Amino acid sequence: MATQLATWRKIKNRLAMTMAFLAMAFGLFWLFWILFTTLELGIASLSPSLFTQMTPPPGSEGGLLNAIVGSLLLVSLGTLLGTPIGILAGIYLAEYGKHTWLGRVTQFLNDILLSAPSIVIGLFVYAVYVAQAGHFSGYSGVVALAMLVIPVVIRATENMLLLVPNTMREAAFALGAPKWKVISKVTLRASIAGILTGVLLAIARISGETAPLLFTALSNQFWTLNMNGPIANLPVTIFKFAMSPYKDWQQLAWSAVFLITMGVLALNIIARVIFRSSKHT
Amino acid sequence: MSSTRQSKLGDWVFFNLTRFFALFVLLMLGGTVASLILGAWPAIERFGWSFLWSGEWNPPMERFGALIPIYGTLATSLIALIIAVPVSFGIAIFLTEMAPGWLKRPLGIAIELLAGVPSIVYGMWGLLVFSPVFANYAQPMLAATLGKLPVIGALFSGPALGIGILSAGVVLAIMTIPFIASVMRDVFDVTPPMLKESAYGLGATTWEVVWHVVLPYTKVGVIGGVMLGLGRALGETMAVTFLIGNMNVFGGFSLFLPGNSIASALANEFAEADSPIYAASLIELGLILFFITFLVLSLSKLLLMQLSRRGGRET
Repeated sequence: MATQLATWRKIKNRLAMTMAFLAMAFGLFWLFWILFTTLELGIASLSPSLFTQMTPPPGSEGGLLNAIVGSLLLVSLGTLLGTPIGILAGIYLAEYGKHTWLGRVTQFLNDILLSAPSIVIGLFVYAVYVAQAGHFSGYSGVVALAMLVIPVVIRATENMLLLVPNTMREAAFALGAPKWKVISKVTLRASIAGILTGVLLAIARISGETAPLLFTALSNQFWTLNMNGPIANLPVTIFKFAMSPYKDWQQLAWSAVFLITMGVLALNIIARVIFRSSKHT
Repeated sequence: MSSTRQSKLGDWVFFNLTRFFALFVLLMLGGTVASLILGAWPAIERFGWSFLWSGEWNPPMERFGALIPIYGTLATSLIALIIAVPVSFGIAIFLTEMAPGWLKRPLGIAIELLAGVPSIVYGMWGLLVFSPVFANYAQPMLAATLGKLPVIGALFSGPALGIGILSAGVVLAIMTIPFIASVMRDVFDVTPPMLKESAYGLGATTWEVVWHVVLPYTKVGVIGGVMLGLGRALGETMAVTFLIGNMNVFGGFSLFLPGNSIASALANEFAEADSPIYAASLIELGLILFFITFLVLSLSKLLLMQLSRRGGRET
């Protein structure tokens, strides 16, 4: 009787562990399938013309130069705009506002913004910027991307600052440093690697964001550096080209997917390496 | 003396600067809600509450109702959760209780990388690679097995197109797994080792420890993680847009049929909405989506906060 029960418990355990193992395999299976497809189709369509020619009209060959440059512009300006705002707000949450209503409410809502649908952010920027200006523009895309950067950077800054031991703050205060110097010269410096990790993850996130660019930066078939008009970018180009029936366009979309996926995965890995090496020093 | 004044001024400036930007985040969220309500106002005024349950989406006649996109959003997210929750649970068990130490980190990172892949990549892969396989193998198999059952059989009938509510839900599940799995893994790690060790010491199996010790202890956080995944799934745009088929007419309850979700209706139609009432109706859809995700994500955050507060007290 007792052995029967023990056997049954063992079987149940074995069964559950097998299921857990299969679940892990299931998760990895998709990652490998997606990466494999991206590599297979992306590398096959890689060519120097990708980086020298513009996006073509249907039925002819071309490259992605304007989309690559447009994406770089949008992502770097969006990061430059969003990062300082995020760091400053994060400093408030960790150093000043821990017990104030503003701090608590902001912290709560920031976590919601972090997962809020990005297409709604696009709608908002459309309403307050594009509709007012009367035309789509690169700048409105920058604003939309910055709004996605801010919550990620706030979260990283706040968490990293909270990890700085209070003894460090006390030591600086004891030397007579004012609070703003303690924060900028001591606590912020101690957490710089973590904040940088957060910024890199934010860049990784916005490089692939498509939805908020659909009604802001839109897209552009031609070469332009004019941020006040519609500008080409990789994600919207993928959307347009992948949905099209033209083989040339689909090929280019795969190349763009390859570039974005590799870029995003590289950023994710670099961010983790930086964060990890900072913990050892 | 002057250096004291300087540092006081510095403190004042720095404090107010950081506070301003914290306030800025609130304004950003408030502005989003206000601008959505304002933009949707013509539609709210014209259709009233019936917007929520009218199934008609007819741009030429200027009659709009949100039922079909709401149904599509909820159905795809529900399918995603049905698949993703058990799988994520298994992954979290594997990562916290089974995997040897040297394997935990790389596997954890691999799952997190799955979350890093942009949704447009899932979308294109889903449409061009996954959906043909799904139509040729998975859908006929489902129709031959589940499709033969009474009642739920109706859900798995009809033509195997490869795109539709079910395949959008499956791809959404793949995208949701990493979010739920990493939250579950993190909250499982919150369980005090002492509790687990005492159960192991009494001779409990790994499964019994997970089911009777870890899960009861972390249940709030687990639900929070599931809610987070749901919040992400509800608002997911590009992958669903590629796969759901973008049909605004209700054809029946079969999950094989194409449909539409709120986010994909916006992605597809907003740029070409030519009449003011059409645009306002789309913005009202956005408002509904924002409202639903806000509720779900708030609930998730509250639950996770509750767990971390308890974890902080007991450890």
